[in-house]
Amino acid sequence: MSKAIIEHSVASETFNKDEPYVDWHDETLWFVRQKRDKSSKLLPEWEQLRETASGIKNYVLSHMDELLIAFEQKAKENGIHIHWAADAAEHNEIVLNLLKQNNIDKMVKSKSMLTEECHMNEFLSKSGIEVIDTDLGERIVQLRNEPPSHIVLPAIHLKKKDIGDLFHEHLGTEAGATDPQYLTEAARQHLRDKFLTRRAALTGVNFAIAETGGFVVSTNEGNADMGAHLADIHIASMGFEKIIPKQKDLAVFLRLLARSATGQPITTYSSHFKKPREGQEMHIIIVDNGRTTQLGRADFRNSLKCIRCGACMNTCPVYRRSGGHSYHNAVAGPIGSILAPNLDMTKNADLPFASTLCGSCSNVCPVKIDIHDQLYKWRQVLVKGGHVPQAKELGIKAMSVVLSQPRFYQWSGRLGRSLMRTIPFVVNNGMNPWFKQREMPEPPKESFRDWYIRNRKE
Amino acid sequence: MTSREKILQQIKLNKPAETPFPETTRFDSLYENTEEKFIETLTAIYTEVIVVKDLAELARKADELYASVANRATTIPALSNWADFSLNNPDPHALELIEIAILQAEFGVAENGAIWISDAHLPHRALPFITQNLAFVIPRKAIVNNMHDAYERLTETTGWGCFISGPSKTADIEQSLVIGAHGARSLVIFLLEEA
Repeated sequence: MSKAIIEHSVASETFNKDEPYVDWHDETLWFVRQKRDKSSKLLPEWEQLRETASGIKNYVLSHMDELLIAFEQKAKENGIHIHWAADAAEHNEIVLNLLKQNNIDKMVKSKSMLTEECHMNEFLSKSGIEVIDTDLGERIVQLRNEPPSHIVLPAIHLKKKDIGDLFHEHLGTEAGATDPQYLTEAARQHLRDKFLTRRAALTGVNFAIAETGGFVVSTNEGNADMGAHLADIHIASMGFEKIIPKQKDLAVFLRLLARSATGQPITTYSSHFKKPREGQEMHIIIVDNGRTTQLGRADFRNSLKCIRCGACMNTCPVYRRSGGHSYHNAVAGPIGSILAPNLDMTKNADLPFASTLCGSCSNVCPVKIDIHDQLYKWRQVLVKGGHVPQAKELGIKAMSVVLSQPRFYQWSGRLGRSLMRTIPFVVNNGMNPWFKQREMPEPPKESFRDWYIRNRKE
Repeated sequence: MTSREKILQQIKLNKPAETPFPETTRFDSLYENTEEKFIETLTAIYTEVIVVKDLAELARKADELYASVANRATTIPALSNWADFSLNNPDPHALELIEIAILQAEFGVAENGAIWISDAHLPHRALPFITQNLAFVIPRKAIVNNMHDAYERLTETTGWGCFISGPSKTADIEQSLVIGAHGARSLVIFLLEEA
């Protein structure tokens, strides 16, 4: 959905209006983070696994072209059709053409953040193609006509009542029903009918294997398999960074993925597609859409190691209290805030600032991406490139003047302390963004510098 | 220039300096008893594990467990009397009617309770997903420690295969766990002592 972009800080202010709701959102995601902690601690080699996964991904980054060529060749030998898309538009055109060639105007889709990134549903719908999202969370947000707010838990921002009302309207469930079992059953029946009647299915790709030309798709619901095995055509969309060298490397990644995402030892289904079934067509679309550019940015290329587990979002104090939609990007949270400026620096300049730089994201990342360092580096790139609002830029410039001149700094400190003591309302008011949801600190009588000089003399 | 050439050329220009492949990529898991660990993991994800001595006991158990169920299918010849649904129809959509399928699977993984099933033993890839209820039969000896061991067994894979760990589930409605999203609503594992 292409809506006018509202800056993260403004969008999160709206999100923050309902305090109990924000607390609930915060606690729900923290609960998922805790499940991740418990599950990871059951493996004594957890840290070594992260190190290994990171090492394999470093190898992948530096051998990307060779791996992709090997993958393509193997996949073709296996009877899979390979397509390359330089950008979102080309990806969407390829999907549309495949459907048109086969006279198909209805398709089922399992979760794919890449097609969200490409705004594929919107594009296809304009061309008269109906796309049904089949992951329950994705179907919910699709019926609400909004994008997912989390890459693993697409409807995490909604309460049972919201979903009950939605299903009452669209699926004819009883008014006021909120039982998750009952609502899930209604969705099961509704979506089963779609699986049985659609001739095309699109899935994402979690891992593509250069050695075998196959790919793996992980789900808990089984929707990718229901779609793909019943359809005449299976289209799989992958960002090229999803490639890994060998099949046995999957052991490392599958041990990390679900544990990091939800705390499960593995997802219910890890489906390994290598050849189309008899009579079926299988297509893989390998997508760039800015990834080659990011590969060329030494400070940010590590973001391409991401395996989309969502752990950085669940742990992020800013994400948990501002909600996924405030990030106005297909991938929200800390990792999304690194990926988004690569796609468009002007539109997404606010996102790297939506972080406390506490480092929690980097600490939980299963492939050891230096997420908070990259957020910090993006800020500098964006300010230098003139992509941040003037007020923020002026503030940063003013700070730089003050901090680079010791005498001016001392004088400002003294002035500030005395103002806060004598006329506190000059800082304790709505004009000061620091005062929002926060008490101002009590000003000390003297600065550390004064204290230090005095004590050194004694 | 095609998009393929453009992408590959850009990658070549932009990729970082050569990084070697990591030396260690596999780890040993030390479970005193892999079967115990396997059962413990599966029990925690709503899956029953039943040890049966031989195919005759499997048939008795199947009769007992699914006595009132119609539309039964199987890939195990010894259960052909038990099944009333033929898997001969080439159209996978026909499988929609199946209530219970007992399928031959290959091996299990103690660490995460995953069972490997592949089209080496399946007439239809859709079968383990479209059936309302599912049961796998694996040799009792075929339980490996962890995923590294699993992939050592999987050097020759077929056209399609899947690790399945428990019944289909979702927690998309306020993080409440619900069993039975799109795939099988229940899963039973039979560990077969002697084939």
